[in-house]
Amino acid sequence: MTSLRRFPRFDFASKFTTTSCTSSSRRGFSTTTSSGSSGGSCTEYALTLQQQQQLESGSTGKSINLFSAINQALHIALDSDPRAYVFGEDVSFGGVFRCTTGLADRFGKQRVFNTPLCEQGIVGFGIGLAAMGNRAIAEIQFADYIYPAFDQACIVNEAAKFRYRSGNQFNCGGLTIRAPYGAVGHGGHYHSQSPEAFFCHVPGIKVVIPRCPSQAKGLLLSCIRDPNPVVFFEPKWLYRLAVEEVPEHDYMLPLSEAEVIREGSDITLVGWGAQLSVMEQACVEAEKEGISCELIDLKTLLPWDKETVEASVCKTGRLLISHEAPVTGGFGAEISASIVERCFLRLEAPVARICGLDTPFPLVFEPFYMPTKNKILDAIKSTVNY
Amino acid sequence: MGSMAIRVLNKRLWSSSLHHFKVSNSSTKLNPFHGRFLGPLVSCCHHTPTLSSFPRFESTKSQNQHLRDCNQDIQALDFPGGTVPFTPEMRFISEASRERIPCYRVLDDNGNLIMHSSFVQPFKSPSMNGKIVQVGEEAYVGAKGVVSTLLKVNKEDAVKMYSTMVTLQTMDTIFYEAQRQGRISFYLTSIGEEAINISSAAALTPEDVILAQYREPGVLLWRGFTLQEFANQCLGNKSDYGKGRQMPIHYGSNKHNYFTVSSPIATQLPQAVGAAYSLKMDGKDACVVTYFGDGGSSEGDFHAALNFAAVMEAPVIFICRNNGWAISTPVSEQFRSDGIVVKGQAYGIRSIRVDGNDALAVYSATRAAREMAITEQRPVLIEALTYRVGHHSTSDDSTKYRPVDEIEHWKMSRNPVARFRRWVDGNGWWNDKDESELRRNVRKQLLHAIQVAEKVEKPPLSDLFTDVYENTPSNLIEQEELLRQTIERYPQDYPSDVPL
Repeated sequence: MTSLRRFPRFDFASKFTTTSCTSSSRRGFSTTTSSGSSGGSCTEYALTLQQQQQLESGSTGKSINLFSAINQALHIALDSDPRAYVFGEDVSFGGVFRCTTGLADRFGKQRVFNTPLCEQGIVGFGIGLAAMGNRAIAEIQFADYIYPAFDQACIVNEAAKFRYRSGNQFNCGGLTIRAPYGAVGHGGHYHSQSPEAFFCHVPGIKVVIPRCPSQAKGLLLSCIRDPNPVVFFEPKWLYRLAVEEVPEHDYMLPLSEAEVIREGSDITLVGWGAQLSVMEQACVEAEKEGISCELIDLKTLLPWDKETVEASVCKTGRLLISHEAPVTGGFGAEISASIVERCFLRLEAPVARICGLDTPFPLVFEPFYMPTKNKILDAIKSTVNY
Repeated sequence: MGSMAIRVLNKRLWSSSLHHFKVSNSSTKLNPFHGRFLGPLVSCCHHTPTLSSFPRFESTKSQNQHLRDCNQDIQALDFPGGTVPFTPEMRFISEASRERIPCYRVLDDNGNLIMHSSFVQPFKSPSMNGKIVQVGEEAYVGAKGVVSTLLKVNKEDAVKMYSTMVTLQTMDTIFYEAQRQGRISFYLTSIGEEAINISSAAALTPEDVILAQYREPGVLLWRGFTLQEFANQCLGNKSDYGKGRQMPIHYGSNKHNYFTVSSPIATQLPQAVGAAYSLKMDGKDACVVTYFGDGGSSEGDFHAALNFAAVMEAPVIFICRNNGWAISTPVSEQFRSDGIVVKGQAYGIRSIRVDGNDALAVYSATRAAREMAITEQRPVLIEALTYRVGHHSTSDDSTKYRPVDEIEHWKMSRNPVARFRRWVDGNGWWNDKDESELRRNVRKQLLHAIQVAEKVEKPPLSDLFTDVYENTPSNLIEQEELLRQTIERYPQDYPSDVPL
């Protein structure tokens, strides 16, 4: 049985752009996650039901998991804007991940509704709805199934170019596409993928990935209210496992702003979403060996905050990027190239990429495929000792 | 009246099965179940209007019970998709009906009003009583409960429709020539499809939202987009609302409720459903009209859109310009169904096939579709049969894949503009003098518009970087600076007519 790891304390509060949140009162809450067990088997990734129950029942007051934080954000989005709509496959009864629980009851079936099982239809419908001045919040049930919408050009050729091609006469900026992404311990090929890099190649959309419940809520509200179409990938592994205190009120977190979530001086680590907790553990291990790691949550992948990463690498002289998606053509390659361009003379070692393998996402072999803590730890050491 | 409509509908729904081939048995014996089913459902039960007016099949215990109460003999399966009768007969539904869906028309080839031509609307619902045919038309309700119309489009409307068709035709001719002379980079004509363009537009109100493909500039022309505005777009100058970013013919106008055209086929269709849902939720007295071609009906987006529209009960009209050719692919290689019109019913969408080269038929079908879409909050599919007389675009030579005779036949004998003119002439509203004056004027205006558009400077370089996002992100600011430095070093590499 795997013990729950306490996610080291992230200072979210300093980044809140909320009008009413008192940042000091939110300081220092922690996130619990079980992911990233080094060299573990599949079972080590997953919590037992009992553990989950303990986790959830043990939470007090404002302590909620990631899907509940998403749910709160959606409630606020629908409540604060009568022109907001939530739709997708199975959202009416609460969604397969429970993110839309209670929305249809509260806001009615005309604003929260099931759609036919057709991703290109969902996104196309959402573009049209958004283009008429609405907030269209579309759910794609799994990021693995977003490709029909991509392929049929709704995201790449349509949503992304809607404003540009019309000379700003029309836009579908009210569109937000939510999709659970990433490994979950038992998802195999089609319930595990991290397709963010495909979307990062498309000017005109934003790509955002949160790392924990409070970030998920604040970032999602920003995405929904952003005047550009956004693809919001939710780390499904953390839906239930990541639990922390989340402010109940309406707040937004800035897009295109990366955050240094752990300060250090020897090497910079950049990641996003669920992978950050694995990277955090590697940082802790490295620290024991006297290596000081700086960890950055990129949060928005497109358009991304080069300046924060650049400043950090100029300080540390080393860079490691880690993501679950396959290494070749992954977004880590883009970060690597950009930082080499900007920090070439400051770099003391090649940029390291610890990512998924260039295979389809496997089932039995998932623990081998994953960019685990020890793979990252090794890369940290070899980069620092280069 | 309500039960009349129900009867008509149920006959329609169930009688279609009479035409099915019996695959397992050559006998043409009718399924006895049908007779028993129709009886109690219509005359005894007064079944819910939901099922009758719109086939939205819902499974409810009470519905099943209701049926059983009506007739103990009925054997039916109640499953989540609704109640379905059983049959002991193994019978496959035929892949095609015995007869092709007929094509509704009002004018014959000579532009004469066909006697007894009527608007036959078998799905007539109470809300439409006497409302279909308002503008310059007379209506009567026939003895059997079908609405019939004798079209009496008034002089003003008819002349405007005809003049706009001629303007569209002339614009196509002049712009096509301009492309051949190298003055614009690309063009694509609507020749042969003027009636669909103009008549459907005339049947709508300016509040109706258009999501066009690319062969419907006539809709925009009808709404008042000027020849100068067309020329500006084709020339890609700084007055082009699209800021010179798209190829010619990708028009769009916020002012005219006409979304900017994009090249990918059929992507506008699911978007139209979303836009229509917005009109529905806002309670607007307007619908969305979206256009596409026969080729577009093969795209996944077409099927997604029809299914979504039916399920969402969105007020959207799908107008298919079935012009026989998708670039070089004939409809026989595009699908094996009886065209597009039959696909509507499979999705639960009311549909009609019209003669796309009959201006009055297109007008009245669109008018009726609009009424149904808005008052009943439902989608409608119109398949307009026509012919793409021009090449696909200026990059295409269609004589390489289709006979010149065929093109000539449609250009001459089936010309929709000439046909409508004969009708307008016949009413004494138009003569040769009007004709030559109109054509001369339009031609002059067009040549002037092109000359003016050519003199307007290109959009500034900064327009390359704006509107990707609402606010320009830092990577684009950086790239613009770098590009400007490069231009300073190598000005000869860049077009001199783009202001820096």
